[in-house]
Amino acid sequence: MIEVNNVSKYFGEKQILHSINTQFEEGKVNLIIGRSGSGKTVLMKCLVGLHSPEEGKVLYSGREFHNLPENEKLLLRKEMGMVFQGSALFDSMTIEENITFPLDMFTEQSESEKHDRANFCLECVDLENVNKLYPAELSGGMKKRAAIARALACNPKYLFFDEPNSGLDPKTSLLIDELITKITHDFNTTTVVNTHDLNSIITIGETISFIYQGHLAWRGSSDNILTSDDQTLNDFIYAQPLTQRLRKTL
Amino acid sequence: MLRQLLATFGEYLIFLRQVFSKPAKWSMFFKKWLFELDAMGIGSMLIVCIVSLAMGSVITLQTALQIESGWIPAWTVGFVARTSIVMELCPTIISLLLVGNLGSRITAEIGSMRVTEQIDALEVMGVNPASHLVLPKVLASIIVNPVLCIFSIAFALFGGFLTVWLTGCISTYNFMDGLTYCFRVYDVVYALTKTCVFAFVMSTVASFYGYRIEGGALELGKASTQGIVVSSFVILVLNVVITNIML
Repeated sequence: MIEVNNVSKYFGEKQILHSINTQFEEGKVNLIIGRSGSGKTVLMKCLVGLHSPEEGKVLYSGREFHNLPENEKLLLRKEMGMVFQGSALFDSMTIEENITFPLDMFTEQSESEKHDRANFCLECVDLENVNKLYPAELSGGMKKRAAIARALACNPKYLFFDEPNSGLDPKTSLLIDELITKITHDFNTTTVVNTHDLNSIITIGETISFIYQGHLAWRGSSDNILTSDDQTLNDFIYAQPLTQRLRKTL
Repeated sequence: MLRQLLATFGEYLIFLRQVFSKPAKWSMFFKKWLFELDAMGIGSMLIVCIVSLAMGSVITLQTALQIESGWIPAWTVGFVARTSIVMELCPTIISLLLVGNLGSRITAEIGSMRVTEQIDALEVMGVNPASHLVLPKVLASIIVNPVLCIFSIAFALFGGFLTVWLTGCISTYNFMDGLTYCFRVYDVVYALTKTCVFAFVMSTVASFYGYRIEGGALELGKASTQGIVVSSFVILVLNVVITNIML
């Protein structure tokens, strides 16, 4: 479990996050939702250590991430996997080299073991015969899946997805959502997904933290998000004509 | 302005501390280092040789034209050409050429990795991106640039010889006599020392400007230009300093 306690983040004079308190549970798909510019990505970057919060704590199973000594922080980082918005695959490496890269860096596995692990990870994300291809040769959806495979390589306990559906067509978005749910339940990972895709919010969000202007405005799950009384949340969820029509049916 | 300059220099020093930390895995470091040696060395060899040949040719011709006097011995052309080529033109001009060639490549490569979040991905994995990406480039350039400088000297002198032979402005015997007259190994040591320092400046400054990019393609272009301008300026200043110290 990941606990976020009173996390505040400033860029210069500007406060981006205001005392965020939330939890991300083990074995569940935990969503961070909100409008563009609300602070979702900054919160996620604070979680994975790309930003250090000025105030508050991020606890990984009780371990305070930002105050850990470097060697322990490194060990904790090996328990994390992250899929970036633009996939962030290394363009100079093949897909297999991308997946085996963390294994090359941190394990003493033989070439055949690494090859087997890469194939297993690619199988998990339904990608076949792409081992020798370079990221530039893949479609957007395939890149996302390859990035998920790389994130799985070191068998992570914590998985982070930054807007996994951005730039994908609805069908591929659904596939990615299914994949995220499957991986979370199969490997019992604590999965944190940063999204503003309404379909993801409704279908995969087991816990949902809604960020509004840097504040945690609402916390719940996909079961009660559509019937919430929170005005700011409703303004976000029912912003589009299609969802406004859905609301009338509820 | 001064505060900004000091802040940037401070950031550069912090960056260097990250770069010169122990690599996560030595075998991976050597693999990357060998790759950089090949990419930097072989990739720049042709342009260095062409520029050096032309430079040696022109400097010889210019010298021959300037000192057409019965009072000055003919071998002076070879002597002046050699001294200019070995001590100044090859180490400095070739280093400035490599700033444009290798430096911009380094900034663009690291900058595009920053823009596409590949550096963030390394950091999340627990890899020190500065050390993993930059250290092999710095150490490769410190080896490659002096080697290129030696090739450059050889080609520039050959260019000079070729010019003398083709134009007949002086005899090739006199030219060769001048080339070997009062030759000091220290001059080559001085040239290679300068090249090593310039290589360090080029690779670290170019990497620094690529590493700290915030934004997209526009910033990448700006960073590349800034990297070249700052590296060139620092190289020219250090050239004066090193010359004062070593000569």
